[in-house]
Amino acid sequence: MNARTVLVLLDTPATELRSPALEILTLARGLGRVEAVALEAPSLETLAQLGTYGVEHVRQAELALDDPEQRHRPPVVAAALARAVEVAGADVVLLTSSFVTKEVAAHLAHATGAGLVVDAVGVTATDDGHVVGAKTAFAGTWETECEVTTDVAVLTVRANAVVPAPAGTTVETQVAGFPVEPDAAATAVRTRSRAVHPTTGGRPDLAEAATVVAGGRGTDGDFGPVLDLADALGAAVGASRDAVFEGWFDEFVGQTGVSVAPRLYIGAGISGAPHHRGGMQSSQVVVAVNNDPECPLFEISDFAVVGDLADVLPQAAAAIRAHRQDGA
Amino acid sequence: MRIVVAVKYVPDIQSERGFADGRVERVPDDGTLNELDENALEAALSLVEALGEEERAASEVVALTVGGPDAAAAVRKAFQLGVDRGVLVSDDAIAGSDYAGTAAVLAAAVRRLEQDGPVDLVLAGMAALDGLGSVVPSFVAAELGRPHLAFADRLEVDAAAGTARATCDVGHVSEELEAPLPAVVSVSDHINQPRFPNFRLIMAARGKPVEQWSLADVGLDPSRVGEAGARTRTVRAEPRPERPEAEVVVDKGDGGTALAEFLIRNELV
Repeated sequence: MNARTVLVLLDTPATELRSPALEILTLARGLGRVEAVALEAPSLETLAQLGTYGVEHVRQAELALDDPEQRHRPPVVAAALARAVEVAGADVVLLTSSFVTKEVAAHLAHATGAGLVVDAVGVTATDDGHVVGAKTAFAGTWETECEVTTDVAVLTVRANAVVPAPAGTTVETQVAGFPVEPDAAATAVRTRSRAVHPTTGGRPDLAEAATVVAGGRGTDGDFGPVLDLADALGAAVGASRDAVFEGWFDEFVGQTGVSVAPRLYIGAGISGAPHHRGGMQSSQVVVAVNNDPECPLFEISDFAVVGDLADVLPQAAAAIRAHRQDGA
Repeated sequence: MRIVVAVKYVPDIQSERGFADGRVERVPDDGTLNELDENALEAALSLVEALGEEERAASEVVALTVGGPDAAAAVRKAFQLGVDRGVLVSDDAIAGSDYAGTAAVLAAAVRRLEQDGPVDLVLAGMAALDGLGSVVPSFVAAELGRPHLAFADRLEVDAAAGTARATCDVGHVSEELEAPLPAVVSVSDHINQPRFPNFRLIMAARGKPVEQWSLADVGLDPSRVGEAGARTRTVRAEPRPERPEAEVVVDKGDGGTALAEFLIRNELV
């Protein structure tokens, strides 16, 4: 069998691993021997999770930085990963996919000469050992496969690419440090301030959620029914770009906003402009609710309700809650 | 101040988009300037317009693109918005370039432009609406060895102090960052409202030549670009099977129940 070594960058080692990281650990196991890379000390929860996912080694970067805030800068993270590739003799590096990790991946690919695939929805290997990333293109209307022809491959993988699955057997996970000295170019940008805004309302993260309910202009500014259905489903909430520009909600689904590819996407009062479709068309099941029977989102939907979302959404939420209670 | 804005010629988002032989199919007349690059052009033009008269006279905004002959259309659109100079790097050897190859060409062209004087800023849009990779500006920054401020929602340049400051809001993080010039900055679509071309600019644009450079002109070895230099290749590209027609329910008082039943039936609850 292959002796491929796969490095997985852990986004949130200090707390616990979120689904997208568990998903890439699952994919990585299919490619070879998996090691994790962290820029902070992993928590006990993280170590326990890694154990159940069969990861024996975590490489923790010991960064030589004047300003610790610089550990967030993409070229610094890339420098740590590039060093980890050397130390581990790695062949593949997997990262989750976000604007920030894509920047990290680009710097890493530049530093190592690796081929880069971003926003993969699947990762496999060819018989002759090359890594292949599956992608969707043109607002989910095309499927492509991109083969990396270099010895080292770097891929960022979109959330919900696979269902996270622990390994058959649990292992003991060891942490070993490795020193990293980012060069002057990597630390040239100075962080004047940095603030993290957690998702509001305790709802799942929009970019990661398996179910998304989004509202648009048809809500007329009342997101109550959208939030109600989302909470009945345990879903994340998003909006159309129009609705965000109106100030009705803070995060929009779209090709320049948050790109989502959940198992289930429900769009309410959203017409489905190309910009919006580009950010959600890779969803597995699409449901649309709109009082306009000509609404373009219906064209890419699996199920559509022509009706007023203020009536339809609360009724659906109540029926789902009743079903859940029956099942419990 | 000299600013180079990297722009891209992309298939119109409203057109039938597809692949041919593993590459994005470029249908003449279905191409356009990438909409998100207009934010970068606007940012460049407004930075220069904010300068004093003397500095402004000594400033230059250059639109730079890489592509086939059709890509000159993206530069001409940039002329209509008011850029001073436009360059298209076009060479048969560039076809099939990946991110790294494309960035190597852009970086080489920036260096070529620097033979006429230093370039303070390279600006780019947050993504191209065909590939949506958002990684070329990072590669360009790495290739030039310059700092990169990514996805700026606000940008201030202090030429005297030699710094660029940006506010960036990405994911759930807001940052205020500062980079020494020269720097590379990609801007978000929130940074400004791009101007519309006016009659005067449209007329003026007609007289401006799109400078065409080859790989030799920018001093880049062909082995670094195109299929020869690519580290990835598209081995399969197929249209996704169309979704079966939607099951449509007209709400007569039970539309919500029908929706819930659909979700339950498909084990989505």
